Amino acid sequence: MGLRSRLSRARDAWSSQLASVRASEVVDEQTWQDLGDALLLADVGVATAEELLAEVRQRVGRDGVDDVDGVLGALKAVLVDRLGEVDRSLALGGQPSVWLFVGVNGVGKTTTIGKLGAREVAQGLSVVFAAGDTFRAAAADQLIMWADRAGAPVVRGAEGADPGSVVFDAVEHAASRGADLVLADTAGRVHTKSNLMDELAKVRRVAEKGAGTVTETLLVIDATTGQNGLVQARQFAEVADVTGIVLTKLDGSARGGIVIAVQDDLDIPVKLVGVGESIGDLVEFDPVDFVEALFAVDVAA
Amino acid sequence: MFENLSSRFEGVLKRIRSKGRLGHEEVDEFLAELRVALLEADVHLSVVRTFLDRIRERSIGTEVSGALNPGQQVVKIVLEELTGVLGGETHRLVHAPKAPTVVLLAGLQGSGKTTTAAKLASWFKAQGRNPMLIGADLQRPAAVEQLQTLGGRIAVPVFSEATDPVSVARAGLAAARSRGRDVVICDTAGRLAIDDELMAEVAEVAEVLEPHHTLLVIDAMTGQDAVNTAEAFHARLDLDAVVLTKLDGDARGGAALSIKEVVGRPIAFASTGEGLEDFEPFHPDRLASRILGMGDVETLIEKAEENFDQVEAEAATRRLMEGTFTLDDFLEQLKALRKMGPLSNVMGMVPGMAQQMKGVDTEVDERRIDRIEGIIQSMTPGERVDPDVIDGSRRARIAAGSGTQPNEINQLVRQFREMRKMMKQMGGGKGPGRKGRKGRKGRGGRTTAPGPAPIDKKKGLSLPGLDDLPGEGLSNRL
Repeated sequence: MGLRSRLSRARDAWSSQLASVRASEVVDEQTWQDLGDALLLADVGVATAEELLAEVRQRVGRDGVDDVDGVLGALKAVLVDRLGEVDRSLALGGQPSVWLFVGVNGVGKTTTIGKLGAREVAQGLSVVFAAGDTFRAAAADQLIMWADRAGAPVVRGAEGADPGSVVFDAVEHAASRGADLVLADTAGRVHTKSNLMDELAKVRRVAEKGAGTVTETLLVIDATTGQNGLVQARQFAEVADVTGIVLTKLDGSARGGIVIAVQDDLDIPVKLVGVGESIGDLVEFDPVDFVEALFAVDVAA
Repeated sequence: MFENLSSRFEGVLKRIRSKGRLGHEEVDEFLAELRVALLEADVHLSVVRTFLDRIRERSIGTEVSGALNPGQQVVKIVLEELTGVLGGETHRLVHAPKAPTVVLLAGLQGSGKTTTAAKLASWFKAQGRNPMLIGADLQRPAAVEQLQTLGGRIAVPVFSEATDPVSVARAGLAAARSRGRDVVICDTAGRLAIDDELMAEVAEVAEVLEPHHTLLVIDAMTGQDAVNTAEAFHARLDLDAVVLTKLDGDARGGAALSIKEVVGRPIAFASTGEGLEDFEPFHPDRLASRILGMGDVETLIEKAEENFDQVEAEAATRRLMEGTFTLDDFLEQLKALRKMGPLSNVMGMVPGMAQQMKGVDTEVDERRIDRIEGIIQSMTPGERVDPDVIDGSRRARIAAGSGTQPNEINQLVRQFREMRKMMKQMGGGKGPGRKGRKGRKGRGGRTTAPGPAPIDKKKGLSLPGLDDLPGEGLSNRL
């Protein structure tokens, strides 16, 4: 099932904002302001919103568009262009490959691993989970429950154990069994804690100390995140060489517009989207679907 | 926390302050920048509008007159309005006349409800209460185990059973009554505000519990959606207050402003770190000053009061502000500060520190403190008073004595020197807080503070009064 069909939208400020754009008959300054406001309410951010609108104005002027639908269409096109045609596949090729999951607290790293593990197992890969979150109470238990659902073994350490060594052990375990893939969980950490960020860099290094290769480092971002998401992405990218974004909780009323700024600024593509708590609620990111969902309005509203 | 918002404001305010005269044009220019600053801080668009309208109305009005120059006047207006939006009063968790006092926690997935439940229980325990936790999150795998582990850590019993959230709540409340617990804190599963079924479920849990305090737990990093979430939960649960989590990051926390403005419910607690002790009553009146870069001296003092005895606290604060301390004092400070929680948190509360520490590594690793203690303890009393006498051979001796490297000693001495200089700058002269006036909301802000009555010293350190020329205070660290 595609992204678009998974997203249902509630009536909220954003929808009514957009409805007011659509209601206007002529394109005037108010239209542009409403459009800008709509982008801001989607957490796109001031700078990115202004850039986007400047580009749309240019395009609209060039193409001689003078109706509201045409302007909206141009905005969608600009957004899709920005998100671009990039490779959003998850890389394999290591023996085993390691996909490392990083992010601030509570964004959904463990849940994402559970869902993704199930998907990869279903596709015939031999997957090992690494319970690298040794800090949060019962995080390993949570991962084990997901592993049971996904049908994958888990390597865990004691609570408070060195996360690097847990990941290392998991990679060794996977290598000895000839497994294809290690999905490595890490503790949530606020990107301003330099000691914890150093620890993360170390986990990434240690993951490659043995037979494994880190082929993906996925930064998990919660769709409700505001402008701080960009700061997060920069910091995590710096220490952990992030290769992709997983945008979680997009099934709520938040629009996740911050990922537009993130991709613009850091050129890191969104690869996966979390749309619920069930094991199947993880879909591939599709720019067109995402932009359509961004502009999906309950017409009855 | 809020460093970014503070620095934004400071940039905007600095410019406006230098204006001799304020016309419509200057006000508009100022408001445009203020708008960007607030939006980048994740303040909701509608709240930004209301806020700017009020500032505009008051800025281009009769009030611009008197002793203050127009720039200073606008600073004053911004501070007042910001305080107004944040709400003047501190929310108090009043205990029910008939025990137990019931607290219900609700919120989105990943906002930090389970951790907050444990922190809150620990906080009640410190107040001499006997809390019990109810684990009604049967949705997220291992959520109950997480709560049980945390409960074990703080020696607070946890009730749960594998039935359904409503039954768990009912049985948990009964268990708390029969065990004579006087506070019950119920954790619930994270849910989306638009999930009608789950929202109905949490409403049912609330019906069973009849909570005295229904708290929405919300992540400080939340963007524009914070308002939707707060409104939806408020509509179902009739919220009493909000707990703002993850304030230890650099999120600007505009969500706090939005929620107070739109839902009209105050922030009761702020969670400022991963440790169970990183949790404190939220003081909206202080936050306005903090956003404007004035620091949060009162919270620092309060924490100090809990951990030192009063005399010690006074002396420590005085030395801190005067910058006359020696390495011996430094060692004592470290030990004492350590009791208050992670040092980076404590540093953020010192006025101007957030700004001054920018670029400096504020993350102090606890293990490093052990090494620092070792180093200082290996010094002679003379060296501790005047570390400048430490030469190569002394350094080698200290390194051998403490099992560290000579460069660590250099680093410590350098940092100590910088710190002493910084403290002195802050403590001396015209920094905010040196003037004798107490902030106008000073009393209200104390209402939930445990422990002894405010010490006299505090008066000298509380927020500057609004007629204290905030512009001058701010310029001190620009």
